[in-house]
Amino acid sequence: MRGPSGAGKSLFLRAIADLDPNEGDVVLAGQSRDSLAGPQWRRLVGYLPAEPGWWADRIGSHFSDWAKAAPLAARLGLPAEAGDWPVTRPSTGERTRLALVRALAAEPKVLLLDEPTAALDVNSVLAVEDLIAERVAAGLAVLWVTHDPAQAGRVSRRSVIVSAGQVTDEAEENA
Amino acid sequence: MTGYIALTPLDLAWGACLVLINAFLSLILDLGIHRRLLIAASRMVVQLSLMGLVLAALFSHVSPWWTALAAILMILFAGREATARQDRPLGGWWSYGVGTAAISMAATVVTVFALTTALGPDPWYDPRYAIPLLGMVLGNTMNGVSLGLHTLTNGVVLRRAAVEARLMLGATRMEALGPVIRDSLRSALMPVINGMAATGLVTLPGMMTGQILGGVAPMDAVKYQILVMFLLSGGAGIGAVTAVLGGVRRLTDNRHRLRLDHLARGGSLF
Repeated sequence: MRGPSGAGKSLFLRAIADLDPNEGDVVLAGQSRDSLAGPQWRRLVGYLPAEPGWWADRIGSHFSDWAKAAPLAARLGLPAEAGDWPVTRPSTGERTRLALVRALAAEPKVLLLDEPTAALDVNSVLAVEDLIAERVAAGLAVLWVTHDPAQAGRVSRRSVIVSAGQVTDEAEENA
Repeated sequence: MTGYIALTPLDLAWGACLVLINAFLSLILDLGIHRRLLIAASRMVVQLSLMGLVLAALFSHVSPWWTALAAILMILFAGREATARQDRPLGGWWSYGVGTAAISMAATVVTVFALTTALGPDPWYDPRYAIPLLGMVLGNTMNGVSLGLHTLTNGVVLRRAAVEARLMLGATRMEALGPVIRDSLRSALMPVINGMAATGLVTLPGMMTGQILGGVAPMDAVKYQILVMFLLSGGAGIGAVTAVLGGVRRLTDNRHRLRLDHLARGGSLF
């Protein structure tokens, strides 16, 4: 999903994750969102915001089992000791990758990504794209917000543009 | 009551000199607080004098209805005071409502509890016991409630990203707000705990010294004070828990979403 800043992309993701009051029905594999409690729904539909939050002093405390999450972190170029880091230590790019690992470790069925590679160097971008592609092949559904048309071309099966509250399919727009 | 020294207006005038000295200092040091100081001092004199008249009338009648009316008025004022101290109050009537409900519940429970068990005057609503007791419990309950709500509403605004990060991972509202709730209750109870720890060493509580000045034997005054300290901690605790949990319900919804739009001005300070 692409579109100018302020077009409502993040609000749309927040609405799907049911973080703000919103209208309309969302269905996941035949199950309506309203039939599930909020926390149950959000365990199925993970969301990685552009600026992920941290609630504990150490990185590792944000994972139910850091040892299990460490191999995932290693694939994104983060050392196993990162679990002992204070949350103030990692850079913005490292924090985004750690939050991605945190979201994946919860094993959602759907993952909403809000510009997950905006703060990353080229190698990390490719590592993130690889990891997500692997999860998608294993059945994860991903809604990916990006500003980079090249990235959209690499990772998307279907591409939409959001502008002034309207969603258009990119294929239709080009036709 | 064995003999005590009654104060004349002249005695009070001597004391008032100290306030005038403060106002004078404010003038020459350009502190700009002399007006507020004098207004506050005048308010204090008027309010306490009226209270004295009201108490004298109440004590001479021992009517449950007039006692209840006085208690309700005191509770409503306490609720207003607790609400006025919030930086980021809940929107609409919720701030006043949650604060006042918590204060009235906690203060009533604790006061009635003390009147019917430990103190046991006859009748139990005797205003000579009920009103001063309620007044002391109210003051501390109000502090606990207002500190608890203050810390809660500030906490959810400042730690919004952290709270929502947990919600995003499927935490319930109580799990996600756990750290903020604990902080709120801790800061609500800290003054009572510090107060109990310092009492007798650093401070001599006003009620106890008042009784001693009034001619009560020191050990009897001490026993009263111990009972009162227990009541104060009970009032602050019950009040803060009620207010904070009520605030949490209003700041979230049944879909376990954080609802900062329920704060006045949407949670922004200006």
